[in-house]
Amino acid sequence: MDTLLMKAGGWLVLAFVAFAAMVLAADSGFAFHMAIIAIACLITLWVTISKADYVAIGRGILKAPPDQGLYDDDPIRWGVIATIFWGMAGFLAGLYIALQLAFPVLNLGFEYTTFGRLRPLHTSAVIFAFGGNALIATSYYIVQRTCRARLAFPGLARFVFWGYQLFIVLAATGYLLGITQSKEYAEPEWYVDLWLTIVWVSYAAVFIGTIAKRSEPHIYVANWFFLAFILTVAMLHLVNGLTMPVSLLGAKSYSAFAGVQDALTQWWYGHNAVGFFLTAGFLGMMYYFVPKQAERPVYSYRLSIIHFWSLIFLYIWAGPHHLHYTALPDWAQTLGMVFSIILWMPSWGGMINGLMTLNGAWEKIRTDPIIRMMVLSLAFYGMSTFEGPMMSIKAVNSLSHYTDWTIGHVHSGALGWNGMITFAAIYYLVPRLWGKQRLYSLRMINWHFWLATMGIVLYAASMWVAGIMQGLLWREYGDDGYLVYSFSEVVSAMLPMYLIRAVGGLLYLAGACVLVYNVWMTIAGHQRDEKPMTETPHDPEADKPLAGQPAAVPAE
Amino acid sequence: MNYEELRHFADSWGLLFMALLWLGFALWTFRPAAKDMHDDAANMIFDEDKNDV
Repeated sequence: MDTLLMKAGGWLVLAFVAFAAMVLAADSGFAFHMAIIAIACLITLWVTISKADYVAIGRGILKAPPDQGLYDDDPIRWGVIATIFWGMAGFLAGLYIALQLAFPVLNLGFEYTTFGRLRPLHTSAVIFAFGGNALIATSYYIVQRTCRARLAFPGLARFVFWGYQLFIVLAATGYLLGITQSKEYAEPEWYVDLWLTIVWVSYAAVFIGTIAKRSEPHIYVANWFFLAFILTVAMLHLVNGLTMPVSLLGAKSYSAFAGVQDALTQWWYGHNAVGFFLTAGFLGMMYYFVPKQAERPVYSYRLSIIHFWSLIFLYIWAGPHHLHYTALPDWAQTLGMVFSIILWMPSWGGMINGLMTLNGAWEKIRTDPIIRMMVLSLAFYGMSTFEGPMMSIKAVNSLSHYTDWTIGHVHSGALGWNGMITFAAIYYLVPRLWGKQRLYSLRMINWHFWLATMGIVLYAASMWVAGIMQGLLWREYGDDGYLVYSFSEVVSAMLPMYLIRAVGGLLYLAGACVLVYNVWMTIAGHQRDEKPMTETPHDPEADKPLAGQPAAVPAE
Repeated sequence: MNYEELRHFADSWGLLFMALLWLGFALWTFRPAAKDMHDDAANMIFDEDKNDV
């Protein structure tokens, strides 16, 4: 009873502190966030009190420790649902801002709904909310299975899940209110950064703790990638988030770095968010789910280790390619370019390793739509890791930078590689986590696959055309030495491509809606009555010996 | 250590150190004794459905 009282009292005190901070806040955005934190504390207080087992406490029964012979799958189930929920929110926001670019009237005339505020909402929702929840859930699943051990620190594991959701809510509301430290993919302000640090260190503790108590002697390679992702993101977040708040009761802060140093720190962070969040972490998923679904070991375990070390050693230097032709010293720009080009090799090594895992089981691409999604995902991993190094070459970058080509590149990676591997992982996990015999429908995965593929193709193709056209129009000089096209002429030339892009986004969102329905019906315990993906040809009429017919009579 | 010294260290001894470290890790996976261990590790994810430990 005493501990329960201490816990409940602690949450109440925290709620009061947040309330006081709200009252004394220097700006309205900070006050709004403190109100959210106070409400979060009160909800936790209510859950603590109402979920407590009073009978057990009254009789002095100590809570039995969790059964170490069972995997701890509750936070994973929540994570899968959170992944789908934030994914839908993020895709919808993406479609909306795509339409805003085509039809500016959709900015609606409110500051809260302008493109500038909705755009970070979209990027953070898909990368950190959709991708982040997928990474936390799958890493919890994989680390337990490959270590043959129950999750370490169960309370902390649940704190990581709910703490991360609070981070998402604070970040998302902050963008709409105009709270930003204006660093791409690191927009949340200092107090949200501090909260994320606490959550992330707890996440690292749960993950490393589980590895430490493993019963398998070897640490499977997927865990190497997850560990690199967790530790590197912690380091990047801490350094890039170094700021000095103007007031401890206000949202605004100033970066510890200035000028080109700040820009380089930002892109050291930004590119490694791509390299370690969107690549290393999702490779952890790939190295577990692809072999499991294909029911074959990874093509070359040795290659997966070389892939790992090469990625770790090379990615961290590639950031300066975001700052070509800026005040950044020339040698640093060249360094970023060279390391980006070298990265092509391990990336393709990893792609080949994933694809060749299917060697000898290629027919699964035809019969298993989950494998089909994984193959598409790896194909896009290969395509975007080829396109990226190419765009980092200074000569190419002088055409592509600041154009929509970059947006197309990011989306072929994000929609193709990250999205498809996450969908495949969700389809793999849902029947297993909810103890169902199979998914509601395999044929609907096929629908999802084609809707998403069509969406990505329209998106990437329209942005290639848009970006290259934009780059060429911007650099067109006349004989008089003046630019030929004004900026607004270039913008209006983009309209058809913007419309095609929005259609691509709509198709991708439609595919995700099919996923929501399929997962919903699976969890509800339904199975769709449908034709199987393959038919084994069998004709009972033909399947009998040739009786009654005389054998051929030899000629006399 | 000023900027110039740090930069010269980074593109000489620092670079050599990182390159050798990478080479060491890469060659280490090719040692003959590791082959069986890698085969076991690659197949380990399929053991989870049975309790043979």
